[in-house]
Amino acid sequence: MSTVRTRPAGSAASSSGSSGRNPLAAVLRARELGIVVALAILVAYTTIANPRFLSAQSVRDILLGASILAVLAVGQTIVIVTRNIDLSVGSVLGLTAFAVGTVVQDNPGLPLPFALLLGMAIGGVCGMVNAVLVRYGQVPALVVTLGTLYMFRGVTYLWAGGQQITADELPRSFLSFANETLLGVPWLVLIALLVTVAAGVLLRNYRVGRELYAMGSNPEAAMLAGISVGRNLLGAFTVSGALAGLAGVLFAIRFGTIDAAAGTGDELEVVAAAVVGGVAVFGGSGTVWGAALGALLLTVIGNSLAVLDINQFWQNAIVGALILFAIGVDRLVAARTARALKKRNSHVR
Amino acid sequence: MTRQDATPLLEVRDVAKSFSAVAAVRGCSFPLYPGEVHALVGENGAGKSTIVKMLAGVHQPDTGTLLVSGEEAAFAGPADAKAAGIAVIYQEPTLFPDLSVAENIAMGRQPRGRFGAIDRGRVRREAAELFSRLGVRIDPERPARGLSIADQQIVEIAKAIGGSASVLIMDEPTAALSAVEVERLFAVVRTLRDEGAAVLFISHRFEEITELCERVTIMRDGAHVSTDLVRDLTVDEMVRRMVGRDLDALFPKQDVEPGAVVLEVEDLSREGVFRDVSFTVRAGEIVALAGLVGSGRSEVVQAVFGVDGRDSGAVRVNGKRVRPGDPRSAMAAGMALVPEDRRQQGLVMDLSIQRNVTLPRAGALARLGLLGGGGERREAGRWTERLRTRYGRLTDPVGTLSGGNQQKVVLAKWLSTSPRVLIVDEPTRGIDVGTKAEVHRLMSTLAAEGVAVLMVSSELPEVLGMADRVLVMREGRIAADIPRPRATEESIMFAAMGQEANT
Repeated sequence: MSTVRTRPAGSAASSSGSSGRNPLAAVLRARELGIVVALAILVAYTTIANPRFLSAQSVRDILLGASILAVLAVGQTIVIVTRNIDLSVGSVLGLTAFAVGTVVQDNPGLPLPFALLLGMAIGGVCGMVNAVLVRYGQVPALVVTLGTLYMFRGVTYLWAGGQQITADELPRSFLSFANETLLGVPWLVLIALLVTVAAGVLLRNYRVGRELYAMGSNPEAAMLAGISVGRNLLGAFTVSGALAGLAGVLFAIRFGTIDAAAGTGDELEVVAAAVVGGVAVFGGSGTVWGAALGALLLTVIGNSLAVLDINQFWQNAIVGALILFAIGVDRLVAARTARALKKRNSHVR
Repeated sequence: MTRQDATPLLEVRDVAKSFSAVAAVRGCSFPLYPGEVHALVGENGAGKSTIVKMLAGVHQPDTGTLLVSGEEAAFAGPADAKAAGIAVIYQEPTLFPDLSVAENIAMGRQPRGRFGAIDRGRVRREAAELFSRLGVRIDPERPARGLSIADQQIVEIAKAIGGSASVLIMDEPTAALSAVEVERLFAVVRTLRDEGAAVLFISHRFEEITELCERVTIMRDGAHVSTDLVRDLTVDEMVRRMVGRDLDALFPKQDVEPGAVVLEVEDLSREGVFRDVSFTVRAGEIVALAGLVGSGRSEVVQAVFGVDGRDSGAVRVNGKRVRPGDPRSAMAAGMALVPEDRRQQGLVMDLSIQRNVTLPRAGALARLGLLGGGGERREAGRWTERLRTRYGRLTDPVGTLSGGNQQKVVLAKWLSTSPRVLIVDEPTRGIDVGTKAEVHRLMSTLAAEGVAVLMVSSELPEVLGMADRVLVMREGRIAADIPRPRATEESIMFAAMGQEANT
């Protein structure tokens, strides 16, 4: 075997070294940049066609809509990076919006932070139900949350029984929160930002966050590495549920009118926002920043098409095309990265 | 070097483990001392993996105890085993492809700074330090995706020593490595041993055990057979204890007078992969394709079979040209390819054994386009019996079989097509001596029946034992064509490394 060591060292050592930065991080940054560029182009084009698009009212509308969607998308991202999915968020939003709306209706003096916390608590319990079914039922999250999607919605219909809560039944202080601002920024936007930043830091800089990525990247290895898979799963679904609950309260505040159908179909828009934002549906990669930007992009598209007076049909088609485009870009980049990484491997030979 | 007087770092004492009434391990005991590399050998299914999983905390022993530094220990899960200083390097790497190499190493014990947040700079620096200590160059910032198997194992080792593990358990770490990579791995393992770690080393390759290990524990059918110093045992004795009987011969090669040329490969080239590859294989001949991993051996046979395309050159079977990039045409011409990676390329893991065996002949066995049970079952039964495959029922998913038996199913699958040219890529990788000998005997029998056999193998003893002729590849070309009488370990390695006998 001593012959092995006499190989010329030159052929063995390619200059891989520390020359390259993490290409994956570069890709993700490129993805977020791409969304920002797409946003800028879209806003510029729409504004030229119809300057009213950048009016205060229109901007506020977009931002409030995007805030609610972003809160949902952040929660969804936390679940998706673990290679799971939470399809029940639209129903959780509807359930909490109606529940909190009813409570506020009956207790007009209830402080707003308490209403927000109540919504998160209800949503959190829904999330825990999902987590327990996924973990102990050994059923894929797709199936479990599809089931709870109908279940939570059913509970809401049963409770509401066709009645709806209208804006004049809700206390003024509750509804006016939608218009209140801090330094000119609506509170709803600040809440969405706070949620995104907190989740982003947690996922990037804390052990539990990295463990969530690890679980999605290689579930078996995560188990063997001694990661508390069950506890983390419970946490992820609970957070996703709690954020859906928060979004439900924000929904009630923004629209004032709540019926049992609130948030129907939102789950798909949320998943679309995450995917467009670069969150891989097979887990292990993607950021909440991307997901939040994806939410903003989808909201802007919806609003700009309305402003441009384009048929609703086109909005759906464009969102669909965008998702396919995003996935296509991901595949392309993944293939390129894989090839680049293989080349950098060559120092073994 | 072994400090036998010291307390064992880890001791397995009379453990037993059963899975639904099947005893996987019974009454197994052995100690691991600091500063020793301890081999654990046995046929597939002898219970080695179960022992590994108990030490890793994945399974809990039914009876018996594990002692860590003399103290009884019970592992409720992998986290407990890790905390006790036991690191396991599995046969299948357990890295997180989406995370950076540095993060993979630090997972679960990331250094924390302000507000309990991970100190990312230190994670990176620590990984870089570990790599320089191991003497390898891997960028800590790159994602683990795309690392070669050898590098993945180095990262696993870095993970282990980064977590200051005192016991390192390696489950067939060399199965997918080339000779150079094995040597690098061994250098690392020796360093760890000299620093006082205990290493449990599982391998099917005896030359590695004699080279690296001080003591060897032999298991058979879940039971402990013996624990001895390696230098007190001959390889024959180890084999006898493993299989519980004498193997007639490890390489039962029959002498066959080669017949007419069956497979002809002429000037085969593919840009950047291999160039001007020409050779012939006669009926009854076993030709080995040797060389380092990455020298293009597998790529050549895949191009010959048509799985991959080729830029130029011709492949003929019995003088008839085979269309490039068309495995169906190769199969029609009488070629069969047993691929290197049986899990990915050779088998459909979720399908039944019989469906897997009859897959290439599904058309011929079907009646009115439907696959009924009868013909399929008879055909599969015939071939699995001939190969002495051990299985529960023919309808069990093939994924439930042990590695050796899976390989037999792949072989059965292709042999049922009665090939004239049989191409086997690493036919005995990761399978135990008993099954190995059976696969070798089978290849030899096939050759005697007039089949032309082309074998890619990284195991020199197998190449020397089985081949009538050895083609050595280096950097995409055939560097040497060595007939059996002149083939030695040295002549093949020299040709493979590009150094003539002047070193």
